[in-house]
Amino acid sequence: MKKLYLFLLIGLLILLVLPKFLGSYELGIFIMIFFYAYLGQSWNILTGYTGMISLGHSLYVGIGAYMTYLLMLTLGLSPWIGMWIGGIAAGLIGLVIGFFGFRFGMKGVYFVLLTISFAEIGRLIFLHLKVFGSFQGLFIAPNFSFANFQFKENTPYYYIALGYVVFSLIVVRLMERSKVGRYLVALREDEEAAESLGVNVFKYKMIAIFISAFMTSLAGAFYTNYLYYLHPGTMMSMAFSIEMILRPIIGGMGTVLGPVIGSFLITPLAELSRTYFAKAGYEGLHLVIYGFLLVAVVLFFPRGVISYIKRALAPVLGSSK
Amino acid sequence: MELKKVSKNFGGLKAVNQVSFSLEEGEILGIIGPNGAGKTTLFNTLTGFYKPDEGEVWFEGEKLIDLKPHQICQRGMVRTFQLVKPFLQLTVLDNVIVAALNRTKMIREAQEKAQEIVEFVGLGEKKDTLGTGLTLPHRKRLELARALATGPKLLLLDEVMAGLTPTEVDELIRLLKQVNQKGITILLIEHVMRGLMALSKRVVVLNYGEKIAEGVPGEIVKDRQVIEAYLGEEFAGAQG
Amino acid sequence: MNFNLILQLALNGFLLGGVYSLIALGLSLIFGVMRVINFAHGEMMVWGMYVAYTILLWTGVDPFFSFLVSAIVLFILGYLLQRTVVNRILDFPEAMQVLPLVGMGMVFENSARLIWGPDYISPQSRFALSSLPLGNVIIDTPRFLAFSLAIIITIIVLLFLKKTDMGKSIRAAADNRTGALLVGTDVNKIYAVCFGIGAACVGAAGGLLVPIMPLSPYIGPPFTLISFIIVILGGMGSLTGAMVGGLIIGVAESIGPELITNLFHGIGLDLDFPHTMKQVVSFFILIVIMILRPQGLFGGKKG
Repeated sequence: MKKLYLFLLIGLLILLVLPKFLGSYELGIFIMIFFYAYLGQSWNILTGYTGMISLGHSLYVGIGAYMTYLLMLTLGLSPWIGMWIGGIAAGLIGLVIGFFGFRFGMKGVYFVLLTISFAEIGRLIFLHLKVFGSFQGLFIAPNFSFANFQFKENTPYYYIALGYVVFSLIVVRLMERSKVGRYLVALREDEEAAESLGVNVFKYKMIAIFISAFMTSLAGAFYTNYLYYLHPGTMMSMAFSIEMILRPIIGGMGTVLGPVIGSFLITPLAELSRTYFAKAGYEGLHLVIYGFLLVAVVLFFPRGVISYIKRALAPVLGSSK
Repeated sequence: MELKKVSKNFGGLKAVNQVSFSLEEGEILGIIGPNGAGKTTLFNTLTGFYKPDEGEVWFEGEKLIDLKPHQICQRGMVRTFQLVKPFLQLTVLDNVIVAALNRTKMIREAQEKAQEIVEFVGLGEKKDTLGTGLTLPHRKRLELARALATGPKLLLLDEVMAGLTPTEVDELIRLLKQVNQKGITILLIEHVMRGLMALSKRVVVLNYGEKIAEGVPGEIVKDRQVIEAYLGEEFAGAQG
Repeated sequence: MNFNLILQLALNGFLLGGVYSLIALGLSLIFGVMRVINFAHGEMMVWGMYVAYTILLWTGVDPFFSFLVSAIVLFILGYLLQRTVVNRILDFPEAMQVLPLVGMGMVFENSARLIWGPDYISPQSRFALSSLPLGNVIIDTPRFLAFSLAIIITIIVLLFLKKTDMGKSIRAAADNRTGALLVGTDVNKIYAVCFGIGAACVGAAGGLLVPIMPLSPYIGPPFTLISFIIVILGGMGSLTGAMVGGLIIGVAESIGPELITNLFHGIGLDLDFPHTMKQVVSFFILIVIMILRPQGLFGGKKG
């Protein structure tokens, strides 16, 4: 285990000095890798650890993004502060969804559809609100400053995004070994058994969805101030929800490093295929290839890439755990 | 604990029908009956997995109403499952830690307690084995270890000896006697007669959801109704 | 409240609902038999639309005939898809099933874009502008034809499942996979045929929709979602449920916004419920059904 920490530390150090050697475009790719790794990690807190699959997580990103935007607009509140408020809002919505889902015993397909329903309803409502730009979306005029969470170059965004990822790794790691994390894994493995051993399944599922929603929405602040464009159609869409879950699923759900590894695998694939295959007259080809790749990866790594990596590296890392 | 006329129906079927008996602290009470007699249903009703349609359950002077399984566990009544339910992707130790967290918030404490119990049931060497890597007898011990780790006052064991070799049964008998000596009351459903006889101070017999006999083991085996229930009328007649 | 308008909307919705029923029927078959969440369902329908459109373009044959070709093409595509991809993921955990089908959805969607371009197309069918007045309401001919043909196809599929050997094998495999294996059924072939039929249903539905709505490669996902709502509403595993559910959702989406707008105005709220938000009505119905009656209207035991 200590060896693993060493590898991670080295990896982190490399990532810290990387910007000195990379141009803006490459930094952009890393930013996306980190962004999706963070989102995947946040989603993982609900789905990887409880087994309840959510396909509506883009809702929380939207809530976070719009709340920080609104608070900035009306109160001049810096996104650094606004995002925590947005987080609470998202967490509360998560609790509502969780209430309907868990109280009524929705599992599997039902729970998935519940999350999709709320996300779609949210998207449709936001799409019709003038304050959010209706069908055109919102362009945000950049006003570069640290307090505004807006920067001219990619480098600050790189470090912030990296910070997000490290933050999520710490949260998940702490959670995993704590009572909360252990209870969540137990109820994922066997709800009845867990219940019989004193686990208040409903309460802990609610805790999981709150934390997951909260953390996911913090990324909304990043999204707003990096892309400078908010449109519910893209931001709160099922397509985005699906993008969010691809990386942790392929990397390995319910593990600490899975979403990160998944993102390092998939995001460059997505970005590079967009660059190299999206030539004029062939638009969409890159997505066809992307689609096939997704199918292929799942067929080859049905248990997530990380379980294969673990086995391959086991001799190097010593006994697992 | 006391059951007063507890009933549980499923549609038209009276799975448990007006069953009453009481259990002293520190006792070991056995429950026997043919398959389908309602024994597991009774356990499910006692531990909050089912809601009784009739009757009352009293535990330690408190009437248990509308409690969920985790609340009942917190009050000190814990059950094992007939078809064992280990947390497959967790190690033996982690399995038991989950249970130990019932009484403490501190991971360190839970770990120590879990370690103790894992060794007590004889799984010490397997503490880092995943649930998936355990044989059935070991899974049964894990089930017992988990139940013990919750710090129970009353242990409900559901056919915990099924599928074990005679040697394993003897070991389990020894183990359970030790558990009982620590002051834990035991209510056990069993088909393995040797285990039942060795452990139970008293026995309750169920058939078709009803209690048909109650008494010390020696009397029960001679009871005509009991024999009839298990073996049919002919044998009862043959007993004379 | 304008009753005539409501009636007209309800009629339109009802007719469209017939096509929805067909789409949902396809999904019900796939999900009912293989327990697979077909995330590519809507995108497969879009391909059906494009096939019919292409035939119209090249031969002038109206989609109300060429939908059959769509059905055949999609049957083949579905059969192949099942044998290559879906069959391998049948025993995967749910989350791992999502990805390959989402991936295939992307392939369908974007290959359509490559072939036919991203823009909306509104081909003209022979019947496009005609309509039949009936009392206070007008029956839109394309919708009526689509409805009738969809119902006919649905009945044919139901008969197939009930009367033919293959149909019975499919139903048996749905009920009890192990049992079907034990009696020697070639389960793989059955699954493939089943998926093919499901795809054919959705392909045919696509063909039927060509005269009714503009097509673009990206209109698939809402149909996937709608068909799921309908299957849950009707009851998983119930084909009748899919039919009835489709009609209910068709009507609900049509009159829902209007009724809610009236409600808002009635209680003094100066707010309109826009038609572009009609899916909210369906999602709301879904949530209510999942809470109150998860087995759906015609579903069997709970869950």
